[in-house]
Amino acid sequence: MKKIRVGSGAGYAGDRLEPALELMERGNLDYISFECLAERTIAIAQQQKLMDPKKGYNGLLEHRMDKVLPLAYKNKIKVITNMGAANPQSAVDVICKMAEEKGLKGLKVAGVYGDDFFNQLNKYQDATVWETGKPLSELDGEVVSANVYMGIDGIVEALKNGADIIVTGRVSDPALFLAPLVYEFGWDINNYDLMGKGTLVGHLLECGGQSAGGYYAEPGKKDVERLWELGFPLIEVSENGDFIITKVEGSGGVVNKDTCIEQMIYEIHNPKEYLTPDCIADFSNVTFIDIAKDVVEVKGATGRAKPQTLKASLGYKDCFIGEGEISYGGPGCLERAKLAAEIVEKRLELTNVKYDEIKIDFIGINSIYKNQNRVYQTPEEIRLRIAARTKTKYDAVQIGNEVETLYTNGPAGGGGATKTVSEIVSVASVLINRNDVEAKVIYKEVL
Amino acid sequence: MKLWEIAHSRTGDKGNISNVSLIAYDIKDYELLKEKVTPEVVKQWFKEIVKGEVVRYELPQLGAMNFVMYDALGGGVTRSLALDKHGKSLSSYLLDIDI
Repeated sequence: MKKIRVGSGAGYAGDRLEPALELMERGNLDYISFECLAERTIAIAQQQKLMDPKKGYNGLLEHRMDKVLPLAYKNKIKVITNMGAANPQSAVDVICKMAEEKGLKGLKVAGVYGDDFFNQLNKYQDATVWETGKPLSELDGEVVSANVYMGIDGIVEALKNGADIIVTGRVSDPALFLAPLVYEFGWDINNYDLMGKGTLVGHLLECGGQSAGGYYAEPGKKDVERLWELGFPLIEVSENGDFIITKVEGSGGVVNKDTCIEQMIYEIHNPKEYLTPDCIADFSNVTFIDIAKDVVEVKGATGRAKPQTLKASLGYKDCFIGEGEISYGGPGCLERAKLAAEIVEKRLELTNVKYDEIKIDFIGINSIYKNQNRVYQTPEEIRLRIAARTKTKYDAVQIGNEVETLYTNGPAGGGGATKTVSEIVSVASVLINRNDVEAKVIYKEVL
Repeated sequence: MKLWEIAHSRTGDKGNISNVSLIAYDIKDYELLKEKVTPEVVKQWFKEIVKGEVVRYELPQLGAMNFVMYDALGGGVTRSLALDKHGKSLSSYLLDIDI
């Protein structure tokens, strides 16, 4: 039976590069896919493109491709990635230029786009925004980008036309992995059982090291070997959709039933209904069996017909967040930190700084959980953090400034003050008609 | 006994929704987890953080459950004022529950 080996090249935009190279050298791969486009990243990329029409693709594209392209060429591994972000067309040009300089003659590069929905937003002004429950027309803030999560269509088309390197804009994360399976096995895209199985392949690979012992270790309970040399996962898929997941022998990390279960449940809600553009996947009967060291057999995923709508993510200018931090130590440090917080709140009131929400954290006590009712031993040191959401940049700047001025105006012994201001581009999601979106593909061959 | 003794967990996020898994190391402990760690218990445990409902999905063949917690991330990953905007650390907090 024909088998295809697909590797995970990255789990987020800034991920490590060496594990991908190791997979390409020693993983006997047919494909490697790099997932590098978080929900909000494309909005920021869109703004970069507005400033420079040649930009708007992933900032690490050149860094990755410098090492990835020669290996892909040498070992005949096809590369699929969403590093095109807001500008797959430019990314194709950049990749081709690099490949030409490296003498990789005949390499065929494709760009998949069509996800940019900005110009069609007018007809969706009545659509309900998930996050607010209100119509899009009432969204408070300038919309700067709108991108639809597309399915496998564009990538499959590119593969049929012989593309070796495929760089996309917004597509669903599992599509980066499902598409090569559909192409290689000639799977019927209306066979939702197979689409569900292929979606699980994608779901287990889309977060890089997270299936292979990354984000898993708990010393003494779940020990993991050499996380500094973590190997990224690879999956060998059979034509019937059953598969095994493993990693390169000798790499750090671990692949076992438990790493797979943690990752399968990661970022899903109802296991029977994992919505993607290509199917509604059902993971509720999946089984994982350890069949050898770092080799797990996976069976039982299935699926149902794909939804008639697609999700569009809109980036909009939402607000500003100002933050300041300062540390106190020694006897009485918590009391001094509390006094410091009181001083900042009074100062913000006296100077008429407006904010919608403020958060005061005592790092080491209650910054990630609130649990105010617990009794704590007096800490050795404490870091005060104050963050507030504001409508104007000016007000956001004052938050950090008022923390910083605690140096000479606040309680004794404050040190290590830092401050930041961020303009927040938030994400609003709406559902759109599938027929309003069509994947487009451009090709360029390296001469 | 803390859940930490017999189970492990990972948190995911989508917008303002957090999902936290609870996975028995030994599948024999699944029924105990199912009995003790109800959605109500989890909602109560996270009451200062989670403002919406908590829904539990069960995966008995894996000895695992998935708690989906609504209105849980301070308005969502992009605009939350929290230090841990994704709520990644909520998984470890779940394991602090005494049963």
